[in-house]
Amino acid sequence: MALLEVEDLHVSFRTPDGVLQAVRGLNFKVEEGKTLGIVGESGSGKSVSTQTIMGLTRGARVSGTARFQGDDLLAMSSRQLQGIRGAKVGMIFQDPLSSLHPYYRVGWQIVEMIRSHDKHVSRQQARTRAIDLLRMVGIPQPDQRVHDFPHQFSGGMRQRAMIAMAMSLNPILLIADEPTTALDVTVQAQVLLVMKRLQEEFGTAIVMITHDLGVIAEMADEVVVMYAGKVMEHGDRNTIFYEQHNPYTEGLLLSLPAYGGERERLVPIPGQPPSLITLPEGCPFRPRCPYAFDKCVEEPTPIEVGRATHTSACWLPTDTRRRKKLRQEVLAAEALPAEAK
Amino acid sequence: MSDTDDVLLSVKNVVKYFPVQASGLLGRSKEFVHAVDDVSFEVRRGETLGLVGETGCGKSTLARCIMRLYDLTSGTITFDGKDISSLSVRQMRPFRRDMQMIFQDPYGSLNPRRRVGSIIGDPFAIHGIADGKERKRRVQEVMELVGLNPEHYNRFPAEFSGGQRQRIGVARALALRPKLIVCDEPVSALDVSIQAQIINLLADLQDELDLTYIFIAHDLSVVRHVSDRVAVMYLGKVAELGEVEGVYAHARHPYSAALLSAIPLPDPASAAERERIILVGDVPSPIAPPSGCRFHPRCPKAKDRCVQEDPDLVPRLDDIETHVAACHFPVADGENIADSTPELSADKRIVEEGLVGNV
Amino acid sequence: MTIGDIVSATTVSEEGPLGVGPEGARKIQGRSPWRLAMERLRRDRAAVISVAIIVLIVLMAIFAPIFKHLTGHPPNQQYFDIGLTPDGLPRAPNGTFWLGTDDLGRDVLVRIAYGARISLLVGVVATALTVTIGTVVGLAAGYFGKIVDTVLARLIDVMLSLPFLLFAISLASVYHAGLKIVIIVLAIFSWSSVARIVRGQVLSIREREYVEAARSIGAGPWRIMVIDILPNVIAPIIVYTTLLIPAAIVGEATLSYLSVGVQPPTADWGQMLSEAGNDYHAGWFILFPSIALLLTTLAFNIFGDGVRDAFDPRSDRLFS
Repeated sequence: MALLEVEDLHVSFRTPDGVLQAVRGLNFKVEEGKTLGIVGESGSGKSVSTQTIMGLTRGARVSGTARFQGDDLLAMSSRQLQGIRGAKVGMIFQDPLSSLHPYYRVGWQIVEMIRSHDKHVSRQQARTRAIDLLRMVGIPQPDQRVHDFPHQFSGGMRQRAMIAMAMSLNPILLIADEPTTALDVTVQAQVLLVMKRLQEEFGTAIVMITHDLGVIAEMADEVVVMYAGKVMEHGDRNTIFYEQHNPYTEGLLLSLPAYGGERERLVPIPGQPPSLITLPEGCPFRPRCPYAFDKCVEEPTPIEVGRATHTSACWLPTDTRRRKKLRQEVLAAEALPAEAK
Repeated sequence: MSDTDDVLLSVKNVVKYFPVQASGLLGRSKEFVHAVDDVSFEVRRGETLGLVGETGCGKSTLARCIMRLYDLTSGTITFDGKDISSLSVRQMRPFRRDMQMIFQDPYGSLNPRRRVGSIIGDPFAIHGIADGKERKRRVQEVMELVGLNPEHYNRFPAEFSGGQRQRIGVARALALRPKLIVCDEPVSALDVSIQAQIINLLADLQDELDLTYIFIAHDLSVVRHVSDRVAVMYLGKVAELGEVEGVYAHARHPYSAALLSAIPLPDPASAAERERIILVGDVPSPIAPPSGCRFHPRCPKAKDRCVQEDPDLVPRLDDIETHVAACHFPVADGENIADSTPELSADKRIVEEGLVGNV
Repeated sequence: MTIGDIVSATTVSEEGPLGVGPEGARKIQGRSPWRLAMERLRRDRAAVISVAIIVLIVLMAIFAPIFKHLTGHPPNQQYFDIGLTPDGLPRAPNGTFWLGTDDLGRDVLVRIAYGARISLLVGVVATALTVTIGTVVGLAAGYFGKIVDTVLARLIDVMLSLPFLLFAISLASVYHAGLKIVIIVLAIFSWSSVARIVRGQVLSIREREYVEAARSIGAGPWRIMVIDILPNVIAPIIVYTTLLIPAAIVGEATLSYLSVGVQPPTADWGQMLSEAGNDYHAGWFILFPSIALLLTTLAFNIFGDGVRDAFDPRSDRLFS
């Protein structure tokens, strides 16, 4: 049984301008000890989905199930969820200062976290564990640093301290929402290394949410690509990077300077993402898709491409040879794509 | 690549320090942030010079010094043959027709209470170039140039997406057809799929209008794509400078090498086989930079000389004279420094158990 | 995590009510930040009611002469015979005097109507003066910084520390007590709070990238202050203005109550309250001017709240 199984998740919000559909039909599974990467740009729904699952969104209309070790998180009371948050599911956010309280010492915060979930642990024991955790994430002189305030830590160290705190209760799942986006690239490398090592040592499953395909390439075993609240493609890492089916995934990769070697000119995706309040008919990517044809006004459901583990929400042929041929035709025709208007 | 060898901008020994505490009426600060500490380079007409570095390296401060938004602590900046280092606000004004800036934040760089046509029309108004109908015509002309619909002249910035707002910023910078545009992280705040649009736009405009760019970014793959030459900055100084392919393929400075190896590659196969150089520690504070070579506390190849002597920015090993690095023990071709250990005592460098070594 | 965070991922509140959210989650186009604030205001029931009340009071002030014609009683006319009881005490509300009479037999209703003129006049003019002075000083202090700021900031501190009433009374006794001195005194003692707010706003806006952009294009300091900074400061100024008006009205009433403001026999709410204090049998005489004052201040304050909420879209209350 998968550790976390999300089925048909829909999240929407009422706004003065209409209903904002943030997530529309999200499905994924996280296996024990594995990393699932959820990649998408802003407005894709990637952050909203995990925050809703953990009960951190207010005012949302939610449907679907999110089974964690068999129990549906969406049906739980906030007290039950509080018991799970931290203890079984650790969370790391983009901005460490949002979960590390600026007025309390780092060590104290970790100690409190440990003791609030288990009253039998003594302060001394918890303090020792906090120091161990800080050492584990590579913070130098942890026995001294444990008395520091968050602002005395640099950005990368703060993020690592947050990881330490998230790991303090040995959660079996770690949800990391853009954990390295705000960090310098060399610091990002440190943090990702720490996360990988922790996973190796403790068998923690990770849900990594990011817009950075490079981070996905490094960390994820399985990838979910989201756009405008929908899952566009889902598959294992190599499939997504080397044998992608969905035009959005393809477009995303082709627009990266680092992908596919030297190109004189980048191949951007024209236009911009749709409004989540007034979504276009059919496939949300249709207005920007170079492959769009008449069937696309009908909203695609995820279809198996090749194997059962690779699905793509797209009407294009699943035969890889035909697909590759189509790609070449489109790339050749892309002299100068009409850019944003 | 540059057509002529003309130097459009020359930066010589530029230093910019900020006082740490705002001085009172009489008080003086004891500490300074060494934001830019003796930087020199040239920018040739028509080329794109990339400026990369992480937090605290001083690239944004340097950009603002070039644009004379700050006064220099010392050093000279020569633009188009003229020394602009100590000009007053009024004296600088005519130069501002020829040097412009594009900012990072598409949401913060446009006044939310002004209409877009008025924002783009500002340069015309300030320099007394065009008025009324003529101004509107020119504004709409430049809007079309950057891919915006000229009929949106009367809209407010909030009605545009991030990518479009960045185009507005570009339009504003282009209005008076400048010679030099300093781009301060112009795509960092944009979604990935939009970044490529703006990068292409900037490239097209450079060809069409004969522009010279200084392109500041922290994303090395973007810099590699757009630049002819690149300067890697660390803690206020230039660590390495050269033609972009040369620096990327043969990085001499250990910091450049680490930076390059840290870029997350969207290519699992390459990412797996790459040797990652993981640096210890974070960038130190620019208030009290380390002695000698500033990188020595984190450098895998550091020796005693690095603590005492600040290396010059000169060609190293057998490099051509246009590829310079400030390092006493540069990285040779094929050398893997991921497993190197510094030859310094522990008190002179940063030690982090559990983090050293590659993945 | 609220809807506000999703829809306005990078909104800064002074960016106006139309926060641009994640790419694509844009609102319907074509509306300026002002119009959106107006729409929000329109949806706020409490604000709408308070505006209605304000309008009624304004109308009452403008059309005060109608009250005079309707009842046939000019505001300062003393009716000893029909207006007072045989014992010389004021009459309770009756058919002739709908809100009763005061201790000199004058029609309370008509006096309240005319009193509204004074209150509103002082409220608006004093506030206008306050806001103008405060904004100019705040802008200069915030933008120029250094010595200019130090001097002006100290001046603001001094002004804020001066005791209002003591000075007001002394100034009024040196000069002619009357409408003009009231307005000036109120302005003198209120501009500093506006200046302080404006200065604070300017200090933060000064660091914004669009101000940097304006400098990089070559704009001079005055142009930047007026065209770039001021429009972004106006929102809090407007909010504060709607709260200053009732403060000025109460201030005027206070001064008149202490006899250093409008002088008798001019009808004025504060004045009336002072006179009513002598005659505690005449409950209506205290009641009606008090209600008038209370209602006016309340209406402006609620309206001020509504304006503030209209400009700052972060309140959860929008999505109940």
